[in-house]
Amino acid sequence: MATTTMSEFRVDPVSGLKINRTANTLVKVNAFAAIVFLLVGGLFGIGVALTRMPGVQLLKPELFYMFLTAHGIVALMVWIIFFEMAVLYFLGAHLLGNRLATPRLAWTQFWLMIIGAAITAVAILQGNSSVMMTSYVPLQAAPHFYLGLILFAVGALIGCFVFLGTLVVAKEEKTYTGSLPLVVFGGVTATVIAIFTIASGALILIPTFLWSLGLISQIDPMMYRVIWWAFGHSSQQINVVTHISIWYLIASLVFGAKPMSEKVSRGAFLLYILFLQLGSVHHLLADPGLSSAWKIFNTSYMLYLAVLASMIHGLTVPGSIEVAQRKKGLDTGLFTWLRKAPWGNPVFSGMFMSLIGFGFIGGITGVVMSVEQINMIIHNTMYLPGHFHGTVVSGTTMAFMAVTYYLIPVVFQRKIALGAIAKLQPYVFSIGGAIFAISLMGAGTLGVQRRHADISFAGQPLAYEYPEIAKGLMSFGEIGGIVMALGATMFIIVVLASIFTGERIAEDAKPWPKVEDADVVFEKTGKKHVGTGGFEAPGTFVLAMVLFVTLVLYYFINFKYLSSVWSMS
Amino acid sequence: MSEPTTSSEKRHVMQLVLDDNMLMLFLAITVPTVFYTLWGIMEVITIPMAK
Repeated sequence: MATTTMSEFRVDPVSGLKINRTANTLVKVNAFAAIVFLLVGGLFGIGVALTRMPGVQLLKPELFYMFLTAHGIVALMVWIIFFEMAVLYFLGAHLLGNRLATPRLAWTQFWLMIIGAAITAVAILQGNSSVMMTSYVPLQAAPHFYLGLILFAVGALIGCFVFLGTLVVAKEEKTYTGSLPLVVFGGVTATVIAIFTIASGALILIPTFLWSLGLISQIDPMMYRVIWWAFGHSSQQINVVTHISIWYLIASLVFGAKPMSEKVSRGAFLLYILFLQLGSVHHLLADPGLSSAWKIFNTSYMLYLAVLASMIHGLTVPGSIEVAQRKKGLDTGLFTWLRKAPWGNPVFSGMFMSLIGFGFIGGITGVVMSVEQINMIIHNTMYLPGHFHGTVVSGTTMAFMAVTYYLIPVVFQRKIALGAIAKLQPYVFSIGGAIFAISLMGAGTLGVQRRHADISFAGQPLAYEYPEIAKGLMSFGEIGGIVMALGATMFIIVVLASIFTGERIAEDAKPWPKVEDADVVFEKTGKKHVGTGGFEAPGTFVLAMVLFVTLVLYYFINFKYLSSVWSMS
Repeated sequence: MSEPTTSSEKRHVMQLVLDDNMLMLFLAITVPTVFYTLWGIMEVITIPMAK
């Protein structure tokens, strides 16, 4: 067993956590790199949005595809995976009062990811690798495009094993006993899904790299698509698991809440481990040659078990907040607990916006588009970017932003600067994201194709005129995109101002007031029950029913629309 | 966030399963590899060649 001295640790006055200094440096550098890449990815995103807006069309097609490739890779992979590395080190080291298993390997993770991202960025900016994030063959990028991605993925894989090793150290050194806390178990879930994801990426990107060097004569396009999506879609599932773990963390930090049923929540994470990655098939529902048995088994049977898990988390996280609020005295009416929640605290408001955005926008549309028949209406349309901005932007990115407001005092030892902007930021970002996602899904339902610089197809031999409402939706959606970018800019300004100019929190500062454990407060009241009508969390039950009814209605509306698209006579 | 259970408490078999990180890793790799990747590859390689 390795020995540790107390000088390697500090007790954080903000959180009360025992923080290892080396681990903290690695959390810092990964989080900081993530924020820088969010800025870069966002700038490319603005270029894409202003080109897709029919009245603006900022970029020429060549530049549009370069921007789209850069935006996809930086925003969907680089920003998010750097942040996830920070979260994993935070969970494994800080939350367990532990040291990092192998700091040298963790630094290798960091530098490999930086070098990999830089190499791929160079390839994209050279202009000969505008193959978009999916890089479908036979589109061929420069070899260093794939090499950079491979190095980045190897770095992330090392980070996953550093996290797992850190948990072994924690168990050996008894920094926790019994089972891992639920939030850390969420980290384990994200990590094991990440390892499958990265292995799948290696399985397809290494041969594609060799093909780009001329060492392999060809890659079968369909084989590429099948294996690439085991990497491409699963990488987004890591995000889902991570942001849901962050929801649980924030519910605990802000309200002193405990999961309604820890067993059920852990079971839901197990459902993710077993079934979430099978949803990759929904990218291939329109591919000929692949049987309906494979498609439907994976998307309409197995995926629903993962959807069940999401609905469990969607119920238990706000449910745990409601129960905590009621135990603390807000036990009247259906929604008093929600009305009196700290909406001015961006840690909470960001988390709740993430929950609503992910559930109502990203979640519902993801389930419905996984139905093979309905997928025919929207496949390869603007609906897809609308949907995944609902998950990755409104869900994941918003949750990551929310937890950053907590990490800055704890990890960077600075108070949040520009508090007024920070309070407003989650609303601006979420509202922009919602307008963007919903409008693009509307345009996609009307048939507007994705991955086109000019939806009017001006000058093309086979021109197609979309209805005016589709053009209106595209313009409105991209305005939402600009609002979303404004929200992201506000976030970056607050983070940079806090890190570089925020008031320093001394190590020996007076401990910050703790959020009281809801159970402890409740015990003092002498009451036995909270809630009404036999429900501990009746408000959350009503919200869950609203979500469920919305899902059912949306499902049938799409089938009705499908019947009108392909009328039978 | 929950309090970790103490080691002296008797843990349910399901909890013991969930506490095994290597088993979780095995499941996260095996299930999608069988149902998605291998089955998907079989789908592609069994497509008849065009004549």
